Amino acid sequence: MLLKTVLTRLATTLVTLFGVAVVVFTLVRVAPGNPIAMMLPPGATEEDIANLTRLYGFDKSLPEQFAIWLSGVVQGDFGTSITLRQPVMELVLGRLPATLELSIMALVIAVTLGGLVAVIGARKRGTGTEVGLDLTNGAVLSVPDFLWGLIFVLLFGVLWPVLSISGRVDPRLDIDFTSNFYVIEGLLRGRFDVVGSTLSHMLMPAMSLALPLAAMIAQLLKQSLKEVLHLDYTTLARVRGFSETAVILREALRNAALPTLTLVGVQFTFLIGGTVIVERIFAYEGLGNMAIDAVINRDLPLIQGIVILFAALFIVINLLVDLSYTLLNPRLRHG
Amino acid sequence: MADTTTSAPRARRIGPVNLRLWLPLLWIALVIAAAIFAPLLAPHDPLEQDLMLERLPPWFIAGSEPGYWLGTDSLGRDVLSRMIYGARIALIVSFTAALAACVVGTAMGLIAGFYGGWWDRVISRLVDIWMAFPPVLFAVLLVAVLGTGLGSVILAIAVIDWTRFARVIRAETMVQARMDYVDSARIGGARRMTALISEILPNILPSVIALLTLEMGIAVIVEAILSFVNLSISSDDPTWGAMIAEGRGAIHFAWWVLLFPLISLFLTVLSFSTLGEGLKRHFDPVLQ
Repeated sequence: MLLKTVLTRLATTLVTLFGVAVVVFTLVRVAPGNPIAMMLPPGATEEDIANLTRLYGFDKSLPEQFAIWLSGVVQGDFGTSITLRQPVMELVLGRLPATLELSIMALVIAVTLGGLVAVIGARKRGTGTEVGLDLTNGAVLSVPDFLWGLIFVLLFGVLWPVLSISGRVDPRLDIDFTSNFYVIEGLLRGRFDVVGSTLSHMLMPAMSLALPLAAMIAQLLKQSLKEVLHLDYTTLARVRGFSETAVILREALRNAALPTLTLVGVQFTFLIGGTVIVERIFAYEGLGNMAIDAVINRDLPLIQGIVILFAALFIVINLLVDLSYTLLNPRLRHG
Repeated sequence: MADTTTSAPRARRIGPVNLRLWLPLLWIALVIAAAIFAPLLAPHDPLEQDLMLERLPPWFIAGSEPGYWLGTDSLGRDVLSRMIYGARIALIVSFTAALAACVVGTAMGLIAGFYGGWWDRVISRLVDIWMAFPPVLFAVLLVAVLGTGLGSVILAIAVIDWTRFARVIRAETMVQARMDYVDSARIGGARRMTALISEILPNILPSVIALLTLEMGIAVIVEAILSFVNLSISSDDPTWGAMIAEGRGAIHFAWWVLLFPLISLFLTVLSFSTLGEGLKRHFDPVLQ
């Protein structure tokens, strides 16, 4: 039964991915303007254009182009970027670590902050503190990451300039790392100057991405905690002499966490989607920033590669969330 | 469950809840007035450049010029006048794009939820594919494909965000379609299409209105994001997003070019979402 669920989910995932590939490919091809003409210097002849068009495969029919492109994609070949003249795969993999480190830092902040507020709210339930936290959560929730980013630029870039508002790392640092995971590799190599500089550059974009999710977690987790705190086993824990905070942390949290885990899983994809514009605001050298440049420069192969990668990331995360939910929830497991 | 969902909102409705209705409405009314009467309200031509007056600070800072209350940008254009004119684009996009997304999404949701079967399978798969795109990247890509301009921005937002309506309306239609009143209308001789439009649609309309209000806030943001990356309207027209982009670039010389449009964008988005959430809560018997 479980195996069948997993296989069905995998099959629909593949269909969705294929659909994404079709949509991206079609969109990019119907775009007006000849990308080849744009990459050549003004004095280029008709022959130059024809040669380059053939080189990039733009002279074939659309279904043919799609088939060639898709067979390449399956083998990990996304073509060559028109503006940067490097394999798309190489470019994308070079930027992916920056975006992943940013997303994960944002996720950690969101879970920590949201969890903390939820526990405080549950501890102070029925008081003015809870009402205050609820109102704050509601307001924080309705402000999107784009606006948070700009607010942080004003607050910590102008009013109290303690953090850098552009880039990923101090350009004066000498970084001879083998990967672009500056935080992880910096920790492994003991280069704490790099780690510190990267983290301080990441803090504001990560906070912008994290705040709306933190508010969502705070709301949902507090609700679940309050439901659990009515149940007999928490009363028993109180009778046994545990303090209210201990009851929440040791007994309630574990049983109240499941809906929040699902929320975090689903919302994590939206958080990753948010990196596109937040990276732009902070001139952070990640995938999203590169994607916007690619769109502005009409770099078709690069756009396709980045969009497909983002979509694949979304779909895989959603799949993992669904599957882990099936595994964690006993009712669904036996259903 | 009991103490959180029944007593708290009801007690609050008397006091702050009214403010949560009237403050957003007041701000939106202000923005609408600014958009309609822009030529009368704006102290200067929003496009007029004067390099002698570049980067003037707002009134409360030394060095400001009378008449330029919120300062000027790097080209000497009046920030207040550009903000007032910017309300036009923000509102046009927010109303038309949200309405277009609403009509398409609601129709798809109704069809999928009511007819089921293949209709449902195809529409649900489409929604899945759509949701796999990062929305901002999707919007940027669509505008790049469609070409910049007001129409493209509106179309792009509608094309991306119809899924927000389709998902919710599909689920609600499925619940409503199982209700007895639909059966009795059918027994009374109503055709399926008639039952869908005259019986089910009125019952899901409250959700549609709440979603529409939320979508207006989202559309304002998406337009600002597109202007921010210089892909919205032509860069001459004053938009809040373009002002913000310029302010971000000149952040160390003229922060006010970023601050003031950011405040109006912030309040507009907050107003639409507060109204939308309020409507959702108001119409939802479970949340009341």
